[in-house]
Amino acid sequence: MLHWMTTISIWMIPLLILSILLYGTMKRVPTYETFVEGGKEGINMSFSLIPFLVGMLVAISVFRASGALDYFVQLVNPLLALLHFPSEVLPLAIIRPISGTAALGMTSDLISVYGPDSFVGRLAGTIQGSTDTTFYVLTVYFGAVGIKKMGDALKVGLLADLIGIIAAVIVVTLVFGMN
Amino acid sequence: MVNYIWGGMFVIGIVFGMINGTMDQVNEALFVSAKEAVTLCLGLMSILVFWLGLMKIAEESGLLDKLSTLFKPFMRWLFPEVPPNHPAMGYILSNMMANTFGLGNAATPLGIKAMEQLKKLNGGKATVSRSMVTFLAINTSSVTLIPTTVIAIRMNYDAHSPTDIVFPTIIATAISAIGGIAIDRYFYYRRKRNGRE
Repeated sequence: MLHWMTTISIWMIPLLILSILLYGTMKRVPTYETFVEGGKEGINMSFSLIPFLVGMLVAISVFRASGALDYFVQLVNPLLALLHFPSEVLPLAIIRPISGTAALGMTSDLISVYGPDSFVGRLAGTIQGSTDTTFYVLTVYFGAVGIKKMGDALKVGLLADLIGIIAAVIVVTLVFGMN
Repeated sequence: MVNYIWGGMFVIGIVFGMINGTMDQVNEALFVSAKEAVTLCLGLMSILVFWLGLMKIAEESGLLDKLSTLFKPFMRWLFPEVPPNHPAMGYILSNMMANTFGLGNAATPLGIKAMEQLKKLNGGKATVSRSMVTFLAINTSSVTLIPTTVIAIRMNYDAHSPTDIVFPTIIATAISAIGGIAIDRYFYYRRKRNGRE
């Protein structure tokens, strides 16, 4: 369904690369050297992700392999069916505002179990991309500058996450269908 | 919070395995998934190196600054309490840009700097200001243009077309950002009505 949306998605990234490179060259930036310099940060970043991902992926797969996750999902299934929300994605929706790396682990787990081109896999990817870690942002940003009274910030952040998750379910269903 | 959830998954999983007789599977899961996590990080490395490199070019060439100027009217509407040429604006925008391009880790230091400036604007008080709530609302609904990490993961698992989630993500992220701003405004006017602002 809606083939052109997929086409836009595929074209967007190469076009973005093209414009960044053309603009950089026009402004006489040593593009290759700058690229290499910036890329070095990526190496450190991916290494520092290893402990987070190992910890989370192992915990999730123990939880899943024991059968505890299935049991929990079955428990809330009737409610989710009412809302047309795929129950497999529920743990991700719960953990997404709490921990970004945990959510990343869950997303990759869902993608590996259900396949990247499945409804669940695509929905997980879209949720991961369209929401952010409210608790982390709140803790880090407010903590770093010493804000003690948060006011409405947490409520607003969590409600925005909820809207993001609902929007992801609707959009993925419309674009790819429910297979 | 994360500590309880993380520990809880292990404890519940292991206890459930005892009762259910699924200890075999639990054991296997322990070792297979740890290995998988490391493989995943190595897979992520390629895409992180590429995008951080490219973003550096965008930064050095002034493309990011140019985008800032483009969004000035929008920013003024979003943060009416922040003077247009205040350094807070620059940091807020760079933070939003980093989020937009899916560079979450690059966004954090910029976000902290923005928060510092917003605190100064608020007279250095330890309480939250209107602009801070707005900034957080935008941050947590994070407008994403290129979900780099998700594309990398999908590539790792041989997706037919790893980037085909880009468009749905943009739509979903736009809806959640608009929703976040609307909720933020609603709470602001409610505080104002109650004489708390």
